[in-house]
Amino acid sequence: MDSQSVAAQTVETGHIEHEHPPFLRHHFENVAQQREAATFGMWLFLLTEIMFFGGLFCAYLIFRNWYYPAFVAGSHSLHIWAGTLNTTLLIISSFTMAMAVHAAETRVRRSLMGWMIVTIILGCGFLCVKAYEWHDEWVEHHVPGLNFNPATLEHGTKAYPDDTLAPDMAQKTSVYFSLYFAMTGMHALHMIIGVSLLTILLIGAYKGKYVDGHVAPIENFGLYWHFVDIVWIFLFPLLYLISRHQ
Amino acid sequence: MEQQQEHHHHLHVPHPDMGPSEPTHHEEHIVTPKVYLIVGASLLVFTATTTAVSYVDLGEFNAVVALAIACIKMSLVVLFFMHVKYSSKLTRLTVACGFFTFLVLITMTMTDYISRAWGRW
Amino acid sequence: MSTIVSLPDQSTATLPKVSYLNKEYGLKSWLLTGDHKRIAVLYMISITFFFFIGGAMAALIRLELLTPTTDLLAADTYNKVFTAHGLIMVFLFLVPSVPATIGNFLIPIMVGAKDLAFPKINLLSWYLYIAAGIMMICVLVFGGVDTGWTFTTPLSTHYLNTNVVTAGLAVFVAGFSSIFTGLNFIVTIHRMRAPGMTWFRLPLFVWSHYAASILMVLGTPVLAITLVLVVLERTIGIGVFDPSKGGDPLLFQHLFWFYSHPAVYIMILPGMGVISEVISTFSRKRVFGYTAVAFSSVAIAVFGFFVWAHHMFIMGISNYSALVFSLLTMLVAVPSAIKIFNWSATLYKGSITFETPMLYAFGFLGLFTIGGLTGVFLGSLGMDIHLTETYFIVAHFHFVMVGGMLMAYLSGVHFWWPKITGRMYPEGVSKLAAVITFVGFILTFFPQFILGYLGMPRRYAAYPPEFQVLNVFSSAGASVLGVGYLLPLLYLTWSLKYGKIAGANPWQATGLEWQIQSPPLTENFAETPIVTHEAYDYEWLANKTRNEVQTVG
Repeated sequence: MDSQSVAAQTVETGHIEHEHPPFLRHHFENVAQQREAATFGMWLFLLTEIMFFGGLFCAYLIFRNWYYPAFVAGSHSLHIWAGTLNTTLLIISSFTMAMAVHAAETRVRRSLMGWMIVTIILGCGFLCVKAYEWHDEWVEHHVPGLNFNPATLEHGTKAYPDDTLAPDMAQKTSVYFSLYFAMTGMHALHMIIGVSLLTILLIGAYKGKYVDGHVAPIENFGLYWHFVDIVWIFLFPLLYLISRHQ
Repeated sequence: MEQQQEHHHHLHVPHPDMGPSEPTHHEEHIVTPKVYLIVGASLLVFTATTTAVSYVDLGEFNAVVALAIACIKMSLVVLFFMHVKYSSKLTRLTVACGFFTFLVLITMTMTDYISRAWGRW
Repeated sequence: MSTIVSLPDQSTATLPKVSYLNKEYGLKSWLLTGDHKRIAVLYMISITFFFFIGGAMAALIRLELLTPTTDLLAADTYNKVFTAHGLIMVFLFLVPSVPATIGNFLIPIMVGAKDLAFPKINLLSWYLYIAAGIMMICVLVFGGVDTGWTFTTPLSTHYLNTNVVTAGLAVFVAGFSSIFTGLNFIVTIHRMRAPGMTWFRLPLFVWSHYAASILMVLGTPVLAITLVLVVLERTIGIGVFDPSKGGDPLLFQHLFWFYSHPAVYIMILPGMGVISEVISTFSRKRVFGYTAVAFSSVAIAVFGFFVWAHHMFIMGISNYSALVFSLLTMLVAVPSAIKIFNWSATLYKGSITFETPMLYAFGFLGLFTIGGLTGVFLGSLGMDIHLTETYFIVAHFHFVMVGGMLMAYLSGVHFWWPKITGRMYPEGVSKLAAVITFVGFILTFFPQFILGYLGMPRRYAAYPPEFQVLNVFSSAGASVLGVGYLLPLLYLTWSLKYGKIAGANPWQATGLEWQIQSPPLTENFAETPIVTHEAYDYEWLANKTRNEVQTVG
């Protein structure tokens, strides 16, 4: 069973390459070179994103080891249903985005638009859940620098009655929440940018722009979207699943 | 319509004197929806697994298992959703460089933190 | 003195009728251009502007340090002045200097392409640079920032009420300008080389920029997130760097220097690329050990990621990790040394002439060697404890950055001036300026090694009176240096109208850029070149000029 299919247009693409489709920029020799350059460029941009988030993960690693009990308490205070739901939404949205790329490659405009719309909805859903969580943390006084008060974490919760912390370790939960807000905030910012870009691309797709062989923008946006999903794939266990068995 | 993909035949063989900027044609492989569906379902299964396992007491290994599952999920997304399995060597080298540099940041910073107070880490 | 300059007959020579400069007219055609050459010119004008602002800050520093007391500037103001000097010189001058000007102009031509891979991103890169520059000016206008260019915490997050946030954001924006330039170069070099232009036929200038671009793409984002965290700490009050909240100020330094050490290689590698081209041309000889120089460039980039904590030896990192970083620092010097050896070997038995670019290149060879060796001294833990945070450090980095990089930049500007503008600069006054710069530099910065060794701390407006004599030498040298930098500004501008017509290849150099007209066409090549010769192939050049009529655009 062959898991790949070569585009039916492969042979014809050779001919199309020698014409000049309107989306071929003049400094490229042919469409294939342009497409490869664009994908390579997007991967390089994703490398910068790896290093950008990398600094935050580095900070997380250090402080989790320094203040483990505080991190446990902080993690327990998050809603696991929200985290799991968000993870599910993002994974499905990665699937729908991959399907959108497939629709662009097979040049089916309605499919392309459909999958893009679903991806946007799933992305917005993620952001709504996040907004709810952040509101909840605000209400609980877990926002460092703005209204932080570790009182609710010092004495354990109904679900985790053993979560008591000494006063100085309770103060350190602000480090956990600092990283929580920095990391999920940065991630959410990338989601907002992603949803906005996808909306712009959707308008282009409506006009027929990406089903004429000019797959690169959809393909490369897909790479960005999947990357943002991967960041969340790591944020979820690191923030939500610390020692839940206690 | 599926055609048997032969990886050894390219549509034009680069002339020996020609620059290596000839396109590699890898990006023209189209991954089927079936693959995406299987990968997507696996990701959801792994998500459920990691959540469930976090409620089991494995001591130190909770973190290890969680990170391992996250790495597997990441690999699935990278290889299939992001097409790296079907991409050129250059793309794979690029991805590898990204991970390598990230690991350098983490590990070499850790040489300081780990050794600041031996045994009290 | 002999010269290899070969100009067309000035009585009949004219600039080419059509070039990238006159293809389109009007401000919009420049501000919305996708042409990498025009963007390079825009960058050149911008960085020159910021260079002189940074230079004015330097003048204030040296004026203040003429006397041991704080009589010209209050201590706080002095802090703001050296911070401005550092921020502007590092982020608005040195980092973009060669890549964004000469690199932008030449990389596509050197690989045989019509433009960079992403012209719009190239233009965006310039606009980001301008935005960063404007933000930096705002910082100055609104009272400055006094953290030092290194933004060390918790001083920057906790103890100051100056414009730390704006300055941090300005650097953040400048960082993205740099990232996009590097990204563009990497894709262009990998994917847009002309037929026959294999990796090992590329000029070493391209290799250097490739290595620097890798650093830009992988290192700069870490600086970006670090500055974001500083801004969040100052504005919202999160505490990742604040000990009173459980944070670690050293974490800031780890993340900051993870970029800022590779940054110094981002700054120097393109300059080294210039030196390879200039030394080869003015010795009429291929660069000795091409492969070694090419791989050394990449090695510098890779090893450069492993040594950052040598900026933190006294800051409280563990002794064991300090040992590791010290050892790695010794190793990173090796590829740079290989390059110096190879350039020297290129000179050996070459036909050397002393045009201005070569004078600057000689200056580079000597001054960068001294600067680099003092870096090795500093890499040794015992020495560093004594010398760090003194003027020894200041001298070290000025030797490599000013004696090295700035000289390389001036060398490159002079070398490719005829290609960019179509006109030659005046050779007599330019040689004079080069010599003045060299003398002024040594007078300014050599005493600072001694001052540092004797114990004068850096970043101090006031100092013990026994250090005054050396400080006066240094300030006197600075005024000479200032003249040396002002002269090119004047005569290069003059040459735009009155310089001799250069023709396509006034230096009789190899390289694709010298085979096209000066200034080049917008699309660089009338038709895609097919490359059959190696880099620095002077025999090929001799055959070509002997057998063919040289076509000028």
